[in-house]
Amino acid sequence: MPLSPGYKSTVLRAPLRPLHAVEQSALERSGPALGNTALGPLDHDLIRNAAQGGDALGERIYVFGQVLDENARPVPNALIEIWQANAAGRYAHVKDGYLAPLDPNFSGCGRCVSDGEGRYLFRTIKPGPYPWPNNGSDWRPAHIHLSIFGEAFAQRLVTQLYFEGDPLIPLCPIVNTIPDPAAIDRLVARLDMRNQEPFDCLAYRFDIVLRGRRQTHFETRPEGA
Amino acid sequence: MMIGKLQETPSQTAGPYVHIGTAPQSIGRPPLTGQPGPRAEAEGERIIIEGTVFDGAGAPLRDAMLEIWQADSAGRVGAEGLFARCLADFDTGRYRFETVRPGPHREGQPAHVALLIFARGINLHLHTRIHFPEERERVAADPDLRRLEPEARETLIATQEAAGHYRFDVHLQGANETVFFDI
Ligand SMILES: [Fe+2]
Repeated sequence: MPLSPGYKSTVLRAPLRPLHAVEQSALERSGPALGNTALGPLDHDLIRNAAQGGDALGERIYVFGQVLDENARPVPNALIEIWQANAAGRYAHVKDGYLAPLDPNFSGCGRCVSDGEGRYLFRTIKPGPYPWPNNGSDWRPAHIHLSIFGEAFAQRLVTQLYFEGDPLIPLCPIVNTIPDPAAIDRLVARLDMRNQEPFDCLAYRFDIVLRGRRQTHFETRPEGA
Repeated sequence: MMIGKLQETPSQTAGPYVHIGTAPQSIGRPPLTGQPGPRAEAEGERIIIEGTVFDGAGAPLRDAMLEIWQADSAGRVGAEGLFARCLADFDTGRYRFETVRPGPHREGQPAHVALLIFARGINLHLHTRIHFPEERERVAADPDLRRLEPEARETLIATQEAAGHYRFDVHLQGANETVFFDI
């Protein structure tokens, strides 16, 4: 739900009136072609893309999957930007005052573009959980933030992925802004042993489904989705 | 249940550290995304749109990330459309876009700039439209906006500060809560 009192920041920031549903026009059915952005060779590799003489510390993982639309069509050329805390749960951000240490070899920023079949891949370290001021000291489950541009501006998505088996997921007020357990489950990346890099890193699969074309005024985005 | 269809991945808040992933230059990292902003060659009247996003207590959002998407000056979208991204100022909360005046992309309807707002406490990014005060009558007749009360429609119209310089404040709550769209 937009207003979720358990997540205190929503109290003054969630609009209180219902969204105004309109049909998509040619503007929202198209979008910026950011998939054509020239990428640096290490943009998708957070273990190395801020390294100053050594790899980032932490549990080495691949995060990979496929970008699809609601009709299961792959979305090629989707720009995916990610940001995350380091293995100790600390962000490389001036506003993060958590006492856990920074990692000089890790900035927590990456990006990639999906290929012709909508597939994407990042190499990174598993972020640590961290405390935040909300109902005293709440804790965020380990998570990676993602921003995705599909083919249409109406498909714009910013979300967070979580990791299978994390006991903090059901305790998190931000996760619980989503009332539907099946929808929460769609934010959980699955351990995928077949796609590990032997003697190097584990792999988590996370598929991303972008909204399709809306035809009528009456099919609206479910609240909290 | 819809058969043969996938369910949309739910949105989650961009959180307070959105800058790391979407505007790394703001925290002293090299920019990753090709410098967001109107294409240098985009023709048309250069305009400035600036404003502030206010919460329900009237405080500016200093952590917000904003994006615009609009037709070019001839009303063309798709490959000719113009995208830009900016951050609210860390001290004042002010945002500012330098772009070109869009042409109408819908035959006979007023031109607008689509504006998205991402921030801590916003679970699903907010989508609104910036209209121009020169087109107030067309805005009133826009089939997308006709069902709105006149006061609500007024929240979608920028104020002219000077020639080619507009102010568009966003109110997340309150008597003049901005209209947000489900598109
Ligand atoms: Fe986070």
